[in-house]
Amino acid sequence: MSIVQIKDLDLYYGDFHALRNVSMNINEKSITAFIGPSGCGKSTLLRTLNRMNDMIDSVKISGAVSINDTNIYNPTVNVELLRKEIGMVFQQPNPFPKSIFENVAYGPKIHGIRNKKQLDEIVETSLRGAALWDEVKDDLKKSAYGLSGGQQQRLCIARALAINPKILLMDEPTSALDPISTLKIEELIQELKGDYTIIIVTHNMQQAARVSDQTAFFLNGEVIEFSDTSKLFSNPNEKKTEDYITGRFG
Amino acid sequence: MARMKQSKNAKELNSFMQKKKGIYSWDRMMPIILATIAGISVLTTIGIVVILITESAGFFQAVSITEFLFGTQWTPLFADPKFGVLPLIMGTFMITLVASIVALPIGFGSAIYLSEYAPRKVRNFIKPILEILAGIPTIVYGFFALTFITPIIKMVIPQTDLFNALSAGIVVGIMIIPMISSLSEDAMNAVPSSLRNAAYAMGSTKLEVALKVVVPASFSGIIASFVLGLSRAIGETMIVTLAAGALPNMDFDFLKSIQTMTAYIVTTSQGDTAYGSVEYRTIYAVGITLFVITLIMNILAGYISRKFREEYE
Repeated sequence: MSIVQIKDLDLYYGDFHALRNVSMNINEKSITAFIGPSGCGKSTLLRTLNRMNDMIDSVKISGAVSINDTNIYNPTVNVELLRKEIGMVFQQPNPFPKSIFENVAYGPKIHGIRNKKQLDEIVETSLRGAALWDEVKDDLKKSAYGLSGGQQQRLCIARALAINPKILLMDEPTSALDPISTLKIEELIQELKGDYTIIIVTHNMQQAARVSDQTAFFLNGEVIEFSDTSKLFSNPNEKKTEDYITGRFG
Repeated sequence: MARMKQSKNAKELNSFMQKKKGIYSWDRMMPIILATIAGISVLTTIGIVVILITESAGFFQAVSITEFLFGTQWTPLFADPKFGVLPLIMGTFMITLVASIVALPIGFGSAIYLSEYAPRKVRNFIKPILEILAGIPTIVYGFFALTFITPIIKMVIPQTDLFNALSAGIVVGIMIIPMISSLSEDAMNAVPSSLRNAAYAMGSTKLEVALKVVVPASFSGIIASFVLGLSRAIGETMIVTLAAGALPNMDFDFLKSIQTMTAYIVTTSQGDTAYGSVEYRTIYAVGITLFVITLIMNILAGYISRKFREEYE
């Protein structure tokens, strides 16, 4: 069952052709990794899925991106509601300068949940979901900036889970973290797979190999190869993929 | 040969280093020179406070502090002088009230527009204009109040005095808009865009991002801009001297002539009061009152911005 269908997608930043004729289907409740050298378009593709590229003035997009059988670039689509369905975790942990509780409650609040008891429940479930509850349950009123980098990133995951999304986009979520925090996040990603469709951009090929079910290899805006992770890393179809994963460039 | 040259170079370097590190070297003098320069502003402040206190001390020997602080009539130049400062404080308060009603919403609103909504081109066009507005001499604003705003008010409400608190207050408000908007915008602009992205990615609208993320994160800077603006409104002199009149009273009627603390100081210091007389010393008594009020405002602002701060670093 594919939840995301991308068909003939081209994307330009001004004159720069950042994505070339990308087509792929992403399965529900699976983990898909995007790998490739810097500037290959993997983050750009991730950001087209929740239309975060809309904020850049010079972007031009053609082709179709469907999520749950709705073309998300249809002018009638409500971008705010679309983004509610798609959580996003960024490269640098970016908690709000608010308390831990307020960070997680932010999303539910802007989507209309006012009931204190309900908010308490959502905050607890989300923090448990992000494997952070036991570490912070007594400090919910404290500033999120007192947490370590790894904890902050898990808080950001909890914040994304709190709006109950179907899809979770992760843009190099561990590149600013130490190895132990990275390991925790990777374990967490595995646990989340049961409930969410996860798409993760990573620079770290071992990470892609460890966590993902399917992997797409990008080069210069094109998807060179997209297949099961085990196949892509052990027996790639394309010479370019092989060169990249064996470290010959990139 | 080469060796000799080397040792000669080493010698030169040595003597250079000694010069550089000697007692009279720039490296040692510089902190002293800079500290002296910095000290000038500190000394000036101390000097002002000392003058205010010593001169007003003379005043308070002649007039009791109770009469000064709680008296409701201010007629120091009359044959039967009354020294109650409340009418002047009332005048200043009225001007500041009108100015903040005008300036806070407009300044804050335009800061949000410039920081969160305006395209870069529009922002680059409007910001310099705001800064020019901030550089107009206040005497020009004073005549603007008298010859442009007052006639408009008189058209709407004919019984308005020619000199009135409303017109001066509105124009003081206009004068501090650029300060509030420019400083608030700087504070909002300093909020990292990663926070905005996080909020957008959760489905926030622009308004939610502005009001629930950017404004809380830049709150202390916004409050600081409000307080600076209001302090300027309290201390503003030329506009109120020209447009608000010279009639200290407690009526709280914005359409009538009033007098502010600053306007009183100007008109009295231009007059023919004898040096050292009680009338002359009223200037310092009013001055120290003004000083204390702005000092309290600043302390209050520091407290508020610390209390509500949401730090992002």
